[in-house]
Amino acid sequence: MSGSPTFKSLKRFTRTQPLGLIALVLITAMLLGGSFAPQLAPFGPLDARFDAVLTPPNATHWFGTDNFGRDIFSRILHGTRPALLLGISTALIGSLVGAAIGTASAYFGGRVDAALQRANDVLLSVPLIVAALVVVAVLGKRMVAGVDVNLMLAITLPYIPVMARVMRTAALSVRVSPYIDAARALGFSHTRIIVGHMLPNLVSPWLVMISAFTAQTILLEASLSFLGVGVHEPTPAWGLMLSGVSVETFTTAPWVILFPGLAISLTVFAFSLLGDALRDALDPRTRH
Amino acid sequence: MLKFLLRRSAQFIFTLWAVATLIFFMLRVLPGDPVEFKYTSDGGAITAEQLQAQRERFGYDQPMAIQYVRWIGGLARMDLGTSIWSENPVSEEIGSRFGITIQLAVTALVIGLLLAIPLGVLGAISRGTWLDQVVRVCTVTGQSVPSFWLAMLVLLALLATVGWIPSIEAVAFKERPWEYLAQIFVPAVVVGWRLSSVNARLLRSSLIEVLSQDYVRTAHAKGVAPSRVIWRHALANAMLPTITVIGIEFAGLLGGLVVTEQVFNINGIGRLLVQAISFSDLALIQGLVMLFALIYVCVGLCVDVLQAALDPRIRVN
Repeated sequence: MSGSPTFKSLKRFTRTQPLGLIALVLITAMLLGGSFAPQLAPFGPLDARFDAVLTPPNATHWFGTDNFGRDIFSRILHGTRPALLLGISTALIGSLVGAAIGTASAYFGGRVDAALQRANDVLLSVPLIVAALVVVAVLGKRMVAGVDVNLMLAITLPYIPVMARVMRTAALSVRVSPYIDAARALGFSHTRIIVGHMLPNLVSPWLVMISAFTAQTILLEASLSFLGVGVHEPTPAWGLMLSGVSVETFTTAPWVILFPGLAISLTVFAFSLLGDALRDALDPRTRH
Repeated sequence: MLKFLLRRSAQFIFTLWAVATLIFFMLRVLPGDPVEFKYTSDGGAITAEQLQAQRERFGYDQPMAIQYVRWIGGLARMDLGTSIWSENPVSEEIGSRFGITIQLAVTALVIGLLLAIPLGVLGAISRGTWLDQVVRVCTVTGQSVPSFWLAMLVLLALLATVGWIPSIEAVAFKERPWEYLAQIFVPAVVVGWRLSSVNARLLRSSLIEVLSQDYVRTAHAKGVAPSRVIWRHALANAMLPTITVIGIEFAGLLGGLVVTEQVFNINGIGRLLVQAISFSDLALIQGLVMLFALIYVCVGLCVDVLQAALDPRIRVN
């Protein structure tokens, strides 16, 4: 095991990127905390206790209770799973579709490239949150297996042009490499060249973008919930815990907004830091 | 040069037309009738004839193709249509609320740059040391904190320390200038800090690249003071890629203000958009999306021209 290349590169990553290691530890802890939330949380996320409304943090309720007397610590723990699920799924789908478009655009060039570039310009001209707001408003809510698919779509769609642009730039520099010329000269099919020879060299920008998108989704979902169009009550979602009544009472009961905000910040922080460390570790120019 | 300008103008118009078309048809998928929604959402009733009359008034009785032609035709004449909800022209609605948003955005941008330049330079010159890591943690934190949450924390801190927060109600600059400035300044700091994080990280990496160039070594070799090499020789060149991103960010910044304006009760276009969406005010949503797109393409054009002016290499190509 210790001799395998994966283990070796992981070891080098942890040595040269101490902040990246911290990020990895944080993310692992969140994944575990989210997975075992039902076992770890002292209270149910929906258990209302009207005799303990807006209790400040104490020994029983570590992070206090909200306006329904629900335990904030338990709600945050339960909120980890939907946050990470939405974050990672939107990042994966958005980056994969965007990467396919960007790579195709760079590889084929000419008219295909020009057309895709113009389409990209159009989609990029509307700010991310504005686009997401409009898509959510148009599509409404559709729950499938506890996840709002339309919310997912609204966040994923604006990622595609961003990813396509990043991938196109990266793919353009790969396309002119001699080994791609060699593959073409050997008469390989387009699919084989793209999948077998170009994509493996585009993994690092892709990984960096995935962590960036995951971070961005968690922030975006929080913003959308704050504006009242994201996740809906009574789901224990972090963004939702920062909106509605919490906003009206935050000057008298600051713990209601303090801890969910910390959870969001810490998660986004971990994913951004990981993306940063990955970029440094994978980019040969900044490695030394 | 003429060819370049012509091509850019064609792209400019194409992008705006495509956004206009996209937003028009997307909004037509919205379930329910926006005119009916206006009269029935508060529990009120409206007869079929009245509804028909109102729909005719706003032109929503026409087939979609006609509505589309009217929308595009209106855009060509700078006419964005009429808001269903307020019954005022959309351009008037936007015009009366655009000023405060622009003031907020520009203040935030200035604060963002004032923070970003020293942080970026510090990160680059102390690269690889613990100081660089500290700067990195600072900038990543800036990007990780939800702006509306930070806004609430700032308000809490103000309450706890000075026992005062900027008034929720809008004040006019002429009446109470200090209060007005505080109302702009606090949200601008919140947004500006976030913006500075992105710029500082970018500036750091582009400065590192510039510092390894030959002309920087030459400057050092001929005995130019190290601080002068950084500020005069390197920074001027490192700012170029940063300018591109600042331009793109400025357009995105207006989007980010959607949330910030909500927290601070600022009646800008961000809040207008949220209201328009909750009222299904189609014409108003369309008008606002067009405004965002227009700002984006204009800024893009400015950035291109500015870059050509600053970098002779771009001009030649």
